[in-house]
Amino acid sequence: MATAVLVFAEHKEGQWRKVTAELLTRGRAFADQLGGELGAVLLGQGVAGMAGSLGQYGVDKVYLADDERLANYTTDAYTSVVADLIKSLQPQLVLFGHTALAKDLAPRVAQRLGAGLVTDCTGLELAGGKVRFVRPIYAGKAITQGEVSGPPAMVTVRPNVLGVAEVGARTPEVVSQPVQLDPGSLRQLVKDIVKKATGRVELTEADIIVSGGRGMKGPENFKILEELADVLGAAVGASRAAVDAGWRDHDDQVGQTGKTVSPTLYIACGISGAIQHLAGMQSSKYIVAINKDPEAPIFQVANYGIVGDLFTIVPLLTEEFKKALQ
Amino acid sequence: MNIVVLLKQTFDTEAKIELTADGKISSAGVNLIINPYDEFAVEEALKLKEKFGGEVVVVSVGGAQAQDAIRQALAMGADRGVLVQDPALEGADHAGVAQALAKAVSTLSYDLILTGWVAIDDNAAQVPGRVAEILNLPQVNLAVKVEVDGNRATVHREGEGATEILEVPLPALITAQKGLNEPRYPSMKGIMQAKKKPIQQLSLADLGLSADAVGAAAAKVTVTSYSLPPKRAGGRLLEGEPQDQARELVRLLREEAKVI
Repeated sequence: MATAVLVFAEHKEGQWRKVTAELLTRGRAFADQLGGELGAVLLGQGVAGMAGSLGQYGVDKVYLADDERLANYTTDAYTSVVADLIKSLQPQLVLFGHTALAKDLAPRVAQRLGAGLVTDCTGLELAGGKVRFVRPIYAGKAITQGEVSGPPAMVTVRPNVLGVAEVGARTPEVVSQPVQLDPGSLRQLVKDIVKKATGRVELTEADIIVSGGRGMKGPENFKILEELADVLGAAVGASRAAVDAGWRDHDDQVGQTGKTVSPTLYIACGISGAIQHLAGMQSSKYIVAINKDPEAPIFQVANYGIVGDLFTIVPLLTEEFKKALQ
Repeated sequence: MNIVVLLKQTFDTEAKIELTADGKISSAGVNLIINPYDEFAVEEALKLKEKFGGEVVVVSVGGAQAQDAIRQALAMGADRGVLVQDPALEGADHAGVAQALAKAVSTLSYDLILTGWVAIDDNAAQVPGRVAEILNLPQVNLAVKVEVDGNRATVHREGEGATEILEVPLPALITAQKGLNEPRYPSMKGIMQAKKKPIQQLSLADLGLSADAVGAAAAKVTVTSYSLPPKRAGGRLLEGEPQDQARELVRLLREEAKVI
């Protein structure tokens, strides 16, 4: 049987990215709909041992490229391996997570293959042989629907929107891919990777985000948000005001010039709710706002609001959550 | 060194989005700006020019009003602009736009291409990678620091939870992330000078491209409808002493929302 759907199985430090499970769950359904196989492409060094575990998501075949030149992501090497594989398998649909890695990789692969690509989708379906997508624009201030034609139709999907379902475990066949890379074609040299050891989940994949804005008054005060986040297993975000003030890294920024997030719960502390911030977080399932100013626009989108001093409320909340989660 | 900056004109970040009667995005009353990430690219190009000399050319695809964005980059200090403007590009997908940009860039002499990593209007982040592929250049995405030494660039790239330090040979295409620099404001002198700087207008025909190859007819991605997100209703404000509010919030999140 031919590979109908191919998923780029992204992993980090020996763990599957959450979005990988989401893509495979949907990919399984699409493969069944198309009457073909679900394939996963797994790249890296020393990752062969991870291949079998993809069976839990209903994968039929894992295309494994395990090579020292793939240990760290580089555009040139990954583009070459992934594009060659798509060329040889000719799947109808190729799915990536909308992650930093895939944002770099997918456009390059699509261009090499002359393929259509639609990025950052929040909805995806197959209808009448077409791949139909839903994607927000203007960071969520508007939504588009449309179609991408293939084969292959290529898509990156926003993490946290598709969900994961039990699909029936399989034992996937692992197909080793020869890695043919012309050394002259590998132009990027990875000199160093400096990890930020926060131990927290990545914002775009977090179920819960605790976010702070101008009302935090200074970088040192984010400690109380971090304590709350640690109790909840949450990521810590920030508004543009807090980032522009230099209190937080721009990697933490939520909004139109930052990250667009879709957590189950977003707790906004000292964030007034400027339109550019709301754009980045309004697709959160539940929003909690804590702000001194009862007129703050954030209360117009929040499910639950507390008008008050966050420096009093947040530590109390942390204690209450601790008790509740014991 | 000669630097090309790919620039897109976008709606202001504070813009409220509304639909026209026929269901498209309305531009009425919307302030137009340089895509904020492209502004970081312009600034970085100017800094490199100050250090190494050479020329900064701003290249854009857009309508006539995109000249304003180019003119602003010229006022910041860029040397000249190129605007690819053709009605056939309406309805082009990212592959079409990338082809037009790459063709325009290929007529220039460059050591480096800089652009924003994403445009804040369509949020696609596709054009830079596609242009780099067409021009067969190494790319580095999400740069927060760029250092050029001879014919190599060292780039600090922001990953998720890590900073990667990469080295690439030039020419290369590098995309800017917030944190790369603080874009300068155009000076009065710069604004006056910008009026005299040339903006070359190019049609698809001038670039030797056909509408069939890059326009709507070639698009593999088509948008069929636009809508506005469902409005969120403001919820409940909690009452009482801080201690009670905190307790009540945790109860609601557990029992009503069931998210904890």
